[in-house]
Amino acid sequence: MRFLMTTTAGDAPDETMMAEMGRFVEELTRSGVLLATGGLDPAGTRISSKDGKVTMTDGPFAEAKEAIISFALVDVRSKEEAIELSKRFWQIVKNGEGAIQQVFGPE
Amino acid sequence: MTVPDAARAVDAVWRLESARIIAGLARIVRDIDLAEDLAQDALVAALRQWPESGIPPNPGAWLMATAKHRAIDRLRRDERLRRNVGELGHELKARQEAAAFAGAPELEAVGDDDFVPDDLLRLMFVACHPVLSTESRVALTLRLLGGLTTDEIARAFLAAEPAIAQRIVRAKRTLAGKQVPFEVPSAEERAERMGSVLEVIYLIFNEGYTATAGEDWARPELCYEALRIGRMLAELSPADPEVHGLVALMEIQSSRLRARVGPGGEPVPLLEQNRGSWDQLLIRRGFAALLRAEQLGGPPGSYVVQAAIAACHARARAAEETDWERIAALYEVLAAIEPTPVVELNHAVAVAMAFGPARGLELVDPLTSRPELRGYHLLPTVRGDLLVRLGRPAEAREEFERAAALTRNGQERWVLLRRAAECSPDP
Repeated sequence: MRFLMTTTAGDAPDETMMAEMGRFVEELTRSGVLLATGGLDPAGTRISSKDGKVTMTDGPFAEAKEAIISFALVDVRSKEEAIELSKRFWQIVKNGEGAIQQVFGPE
Repeated sequence: MTVPDAARAVDAVWRLESARIIAGLARIVRDIDLAEDLAQDALVAALRQWPESGIPPNPGAWLMATAKHRAIDRLRRDERLRRNVGELGHELKARQEAAAFAGAPELEAVGDDDFVPDDLLRLMFVACHPVLSTESRVALTLRLLGGLTTDEIARAFLAAEPAIAQRIVRAKRTLAGKQVPFEVPSAEERAERMGSVLEVIYLIFNEGYTATAGEDWARPELCYEALRIGRMLAELSPADPEVHGLVALMEIQSSRLRARVGPGGEPVPLLEQNRGSWDQLLIRRGFAALLRAEQLGGPPGSYVVQAAIAACHARARAAEETDWERIAALYEVLAAIEPTPVVELNHAVAVAMAFGPARGLELVDPLTSRPELRGYHLLPTVRGDLLVRLGRPAEAREEFERAAALTRNGQERWVLLRRAAECSPDP
């Protein structure tokens, strides 16, 4: 099963956090769990579509809290495993917000 | 936290951490059976304590620390065990580790140093040791490295749970009896021993990819298990091209897991699959692994060549775009490394696709007298295919019927019988 773990807010990384996160990411890669991970520019471009007519708005946005700032795509055997990994992640980042969602297909 | 919640969380932690915990303990106690016992004891302690205390911040380290405490208790208490460890020449080391641990103020202080990547590699080599039968290697690998229960292993292989449990017990007894050391093999031995590890992982993968028996065409969870263990191995032994070759092969083949099963659970042949539902993420990971293997240089091994063949299919956006000439050439390379009739049969299929069914049949016909292929259902399947394309349906029908009688997979049998029925008599 694949889960997409995203964060919308988190403590700014310092050197210790960076080092710990580096080790965590390496460990997950080693165990074959982590498929992809990355940080995202919170500004981005908002897109809305009405009857196929697309409107684009460039960020940054006032309600920046909703923007996803990092993600990890993991391959695990159950939701509980994804939650355990998420807990390990937040042990390192300490404060913030995020979400875990199962990715349907293409399995 | 409720008890069932805690139980599910403990289960998840176990699956994620058990291999590293057992490997770390095995280094200290030099006995896989004891290491697994100790890890299981720690798991029982977790099931008792976590519902009340909540799950600790680093549950893997908690389990490791608890298991180590028990290991040290046992080493102190059990003179015989200490002698055994001593006989193996590791008593000093075990005592040092025990002393170092006894000085640790808090359980939480047991940190990442307890997890040595080489321990996992040692565990893999031991679980796949040649003193064990192939079935035992498979069961032990799934148990120790995949964190599967004997019940899950039994279900995956359609075997009875007590039989698998017995197999694991006997395997561990054999390892102890033959005094198999908990070590990475020496340079001279390494290639051969690695061959056994790769073989076991690929056997697990293949059992999932084409279930040899039963009514399911595939059991994907076994494929993902093998893939996970393979990826782990690739990081533990990164200088071995064949490891990356096997990972590349499994990644690319897994990318087709969904596309190769029809709505009724029946198999869909490669060339009829909807390529849009191939998993591009796995394909790209496969390409990356293949590139890693090729960059390491040296003459390509069997898995690297098989991965290169799988990559040819993955690269073709439509079945007609498949580079069959390259695939036929790669099968020739493979036949030189691994001269088996099954490889020759696959070579014949590629030649038929590249240069026409008549050329393919010329290569297939001599294989029908090979005793190794007598019960192999894919030989008549391929012959039937080629005969259909050559406009000889009556002979094709016989071949499909023969293949249907030989296969042990229910879904495959159904497809073969349908194909036999579709062969109208010769005009």
